[in-house]
Parts: sequence; C-alpha cells; structure tokens
Amino acid sequence: MVLVYSDDKKLMLELLNKAGELAKNLGKKVNAVVIGKNDNLAQEYLTYGADNVIVVETDLKDFKVEEYTEYLEKTIKETGAETILIGSNKNGKELASRLAGKLNAGCVIDVNNVYVKDKKLVTERIVYSGNAIAVEQFNSKPEIVTIPPKVFEPHPGGANPKGEVVKKKFNVEKYASKILKIQEMQTGDVNVEDAEIIVSCGRGFKNKDDIKLAEELADVLKGKTIGCSRPIAADLKWLSEDHWIGLSGHKVKPKLYIAAGISGQIQHIAGMRESGIIVAINKDPEALIFKSADYGIVGDLYEVLPKLTAAVKEKTQ
Amino acid sequence: MNIIVCAKQVVDVSEMKIDPNTKKPILDGVPQKISDIDKNAMEEALKIKEKHGGKITVLTVGPSDAKERVKELLAMGADEGVIVTPPEKHDYYVVTSLLAEAIKKIGNYDIVLCGEASIDLFSGQVGPRLAGLLNIPQITYAQKIDAEKDKVIADRDMGDKAVTVESSYPVVITVTKEINEPRLPSLMQILAAANKPINEWNGDSLASGLTSIVDTVELKGVSMERKNIVFKDDIDESVKQLVESLVKEGLLR
Ligand SMILES: Cc1cc2nc3c(=O)[nH]c(=O)nc-3n(C[C@H](O)[C@H](O)[C@H](O)COP(=O)(O)OP(=O)(O)OC[C@H]3O[C@@H](n4cnc5c(N)ncnc54)[C@H](O)[C@@H]3O)c2cc1C
Ligand SMILES: Nc1ncnc2c1ncn2[C@@H]1O[C@H](COP(=O)(O)O)[C@@H](O)[C@H]1O
Repeated sequence: MVLVYSDDKKLMLELLNKAGELAKNLGKKVNAVVIGKNDNLAQEYLTYGADNVIVVETDLKDFKVEEYTEYLEKTIKETGAETILIGSNKNGKELASRLAGKLNAGCVIDVNNVYVKDKKLVTERIVYSGNAIAVEQFNSKPEIVTIPPKVFEPHPGGANPKGEVVKKKFNVEKYASKILKIQEMQTGDVNVEDAEIIVSCGRGFKNKDDIKLAEELADVLKGKTIGCSRPIAADLKWLSEDHWIGLSGHKVKPKLYIAAGISGQIQHIAGMRESGIIVAINKDPEALIFKSADYGIVGDLYEVLPKLTAAVKEKTQ
Repeated sequence: MNIIVCAKQVVDVSEMKIDPNTKKPILDGVPQKISDIDKNAMEEALKIKEKHGGKITVLTVGPSDAKERVKELLAMGADEGVIVTPPEKHDYYVVTSLLAEAIKKIGNYDIVLCGEASIDLFSGQVGPRLAGLLNIPQITYAQKIDAEKDKVIADRDMGDKAVTVESSYPVVITVTKEINEPRLPSLMQILAAANKPINEWNGDSLASGLTSIVDTVELKGVSMERKNIVFKDDIDESVKQLVESLVKEGLLR
C-alpha cells in the first residue's frame, strides 16, 4: 500500500496524483492520512484518488512532531503500508526523518522524481547544491520519500469515491516537550515559483526601503515579482520567507531573473539556476554572480537600477 | 551540561566541477570542510557551556582524515572529538545508527546539536532521525536557544510561523545558520587544540553488519552554461547595451 500524508492540502493533492501512478505500477492501493478530526477533508480526498482515507484522532491542537510520528508509525504498522509519501514542508521533513529513525527505514528527502524500476522504488534528488542529481534506490521496505510542493501536478479531482473513511484513535507516549507559542509571520503573498520575471535583492541593498528600487524595475518589466537572498529574508527580515530563493528557499525558473546586489554563492544559485536569462548587477567586478549570469553590469545598484528602470520604460512604451 | 555536537566533513560544493567528458561531478581532490551550519551548532554549544559548564564532544561519522577538520572545532572550544569510520556502503540509516551507537557509548548527554542541514546533501534528516532512533524529543530549525538548568526553550523558524517550544533533557536540537556567528579561534587556541583528544572508533565495532538501505545508483552532473557577457564601462552605456540584449532575447515588450 502507498500511504500519503501532508498537513498541507494543496501538497496533498500533488502527492495523491503521484501516489496513484506509483500504486498502479505496484498493483497497490492508495491510503491518505488525515490527522485530526476533519471529515470534509477526508471525504474530499476520496475524490482526489485516495482509495481509502484514514482519519487519526488527536487531542493536539497543533502539529507536534513526536506525537504525529507515532500516529503515522502506528498507522503504518497496522495497515502494512510499504511506500510512504510525505509532503516536504518543514513539518513533513522532520516528521519523515523521525519516522525513518523509529522504523529503521530508508528515507529520501526532497525528491524531484520517484518511480518504480525493476520492481524497486527509485528517487532522484538534487545534491551538492545543484551540481549533481543523485539517483537512489531502496532495497528494503518501508520506504519513506518526501516530495516538495510543485514537483508534481495536483490530482485533477472528480474521481468516484471507491473506498471509505476509516477512523483511528491511538494511545501515544507523552513526550517531555511542548509548544509554548505560535506566532504567524507576515507573508508577502508572492508566488515566486510561478513568476515569469523576478528582480531579486541581496545584501547590496543598504536599507529595507531601498527594495523599492527593485520593485520599480519589476513593475516596468511587467513582472511585479521580487525575490531575495537568504540574508534579506532570514537575518534582516526585510522581505518575508516567500521571497527567499535558493537551496533552502524557493526554487524558481522565470524567463528572466535579475540579481541585484547578490554575490552569487552556490546556495543562492541552487534556487535560480534553471532560469531562462540571468542578469547580474553588482559593483564588484570579481563577484561570483557574473559566472552564473548571461548578462551583467558592473556598477552600483543605486545608480544602475533607476537607470535601467527608466530605459526599460522608454523601450516598452 | 554535556553536549554532543554532530559535525560532518563535506566537500566544498562551491569548488566542485563537472567532468566535461563523463558529465559526472568530480569529487576527488575537492577541498573538504566542516559543513557550514555545524559550526553554528558548535558555537551554540559553546554558549551553553559558558553558562552551565560541562563538556562538549564533537562527533563525526566519516573517514580518518576528518581529524584535521575536527581539530577546527576543538580549537573553537570543544573538549574532545570522536570519529567513527563507517563501512564503505553507507546511507542515512547507517550514518544515523552509528551516531546513535556512538552517543550511547559516550554516555551521559543532555543535548545533541546538529545543523539544520548539511551543505552537500542538504536533507535535514540526521537530527530528527537520530531523535527518533534515541526516542527523545527533537527541536528543529532553532533560531534561538535558551538552555536552563533542567529545560530548554527554543524559538523555531518555520518560515511562515515562529514556534516557541520547551523540552526537558535529553533532546536533539538542530540550529539554523542565523542563530549565531561562529567564533574564529585564536592562534593560541589552534595550537592548544593539538593536545585535545580525538578518539577513533571503527563503525563495525560499534554496530556490526550495518549496511545501507538506500543505494546511490548514479550521480549525474548538472552543468550550467551561461553567456557571461559583462558590461563594465560607463553605466549609461552598459544599461543601454543590456536593454538592447534583453530586446534581442525577446524579453521586453
Ligand atoms: C546550508 C546553507 C543554505 C543556504 N541557503 C541559501 C538560500 O537558499 N538562498 C540564499 O540566497 N543563500 C543561502 N545561503 C547563504 C549563501 O551561502 C550566501 O551567504 C548568501 O546567498 C549571500 O547573500 P547575498 O548575496 O545577498 O549577500 P553577500 O554575499 O553579502 O553579497 C552582497 C553582494 O552585493 C554586492 N554589493 C554591495 N553593495 C552593492 C551596491 N551598492 N551595488 C551593487 N552591488 C553591491 C557585493 O559586491 C556582494 O557581491 C545558504 C547557506 C548555507 C550554509
Ligand atoms: N556523517 C555525519 N557525522 C556527523 N554528523 C552528521 C553527519 N551527517 C550529518 N550530520 C549532522 O546532521 C546535520 C544534517 O545533515 P543532513 O541530514 O545530511 O542534512 C548536519 O548539519 C550535521 O550536524
């Protein structure tokens, strides 16, 4: 059986689509797991390709990895699930890894592809910060794989519900850890993955307000989307996490990517190397970013960006 | 407070090249270093030790030549190093099992610190996997740690959320790059590190017969070809040329 879990519905639909394909190749069924009472969601998953949905009841208000791992561990033991697909957000990654530790199972995090070859489950993932793709094969079960958002198309839905919703309640160990506070961070509601043109900001920007120079350029390029390097989002918090591009951030492939005041460390490149045309603006002629760019301007972004904005505006009017 | 810092020797990914003929990444001869965020884990261990006293052990599963790299962490202030040499075929299952066995052999521990992810494989698997194996609580993506005598409070960076959690000891904590600025050891500290003990344990003697579950069947190189046209003269002229290029690329309309 292929077992599918994510706390993110959108991601869940993508996993269900892939799970259906794998299950077909393996001659197996797809079981979706919902943790916490949510009958509507459970019913809905039946129309998105899940053969059955298992609802695990819990008293916990929020995701807590130790207990959630036990819920999944018990579900897997009870159902005999062999292939486990988990949505690769931060919760999913630590959940999958902990689960793998408990089950002594193989686990591959953040795959770009997963398929069955010679009756074995095979995954592909990016390693060495984008320098290579590792093709890996499982040689024992259960197999745990985490899949990031937008790697696979979502299930189109509208399937005829075949199976049923099964409710479970497990007694789990009480762990010596607890959540004290959850604070929602502001998001910018941007979707860098879908953007066709991105103007991206790095530490070359001196103040939060100056980001508007990038926004103005993005506007005249009719791209509107801005992105940033890790320090701008993680250290300085000038832009929200959804703008963050790179190995540990979002992976983007716009037609045009303009990197302004970004040094071009490989961890940043890892997030944007599949872009169509890459343009770099940096005042340091030796900056690494020029090696990863199609076009570059050596200059102060405070001078270049306004001039570029004006020139693009003139050209496109 | 007894702290174990899990640190990994990795290839410096920024120095890697792809073989133009075989299209495979070249791994031989690439400089090695301690995975970046493991130094943040080390720094955090030092801060906790400064507050509570105790001992810091650096633990790595890797080849004997990791000794030189472990010395860097001893110079930062760790008390002792342990290198566990793995069997030739190893995956996350093998590495984490060896870490767990080594931790049990080290014995007394309150906190196991890891990086949020390694710079070469970037999974973020080892920390939580180890916590599962040891069956103790885990705190991942810590951007702030407040270690008290009998409990730890940490802020986790979950991207769209900041989550504050509390745990008793023992606990596995993985830290983000932003949690601190790792210190640079002085020359004196570097010299003194030469006298600190580094134990080498054979993986087989810790857990015999371990073999990988997930095998790497192929490593495909990914190269990136770019035009690398750089305008570096007068800004006005450069801007003009860039705009013309973008027009030619069909990107402006
Ligand atoms: C495990 C790990 C994961 C990581 N993940 C990511 C990730 O996902 N994304 C990411 O971006 N980074 C990531 N990093 C960090 C990465 O290694 C770099 O530290 C980071 O990308 C640097 O950001 P930056 O280019 O904005 O800043 P800097 O490296 O400080 O570069 C600033 C650049 O701006 C230029 N500059 C300064 N002033 C001006 C000016 N007035 N005009 C023009 N140019 C100017 C400078 O010449 C310099 O090149 C990761 C690191 C690690 C260890
Ligand atoms: N071979 C290893 N030896 C010791 N610690 C490791 C090893 N591999 C990974 N780690 C630790 O686990 C963290 C996450 O690694 P990874 O799961 O590969 O992303 C690293 O930052 C280290 O702290």
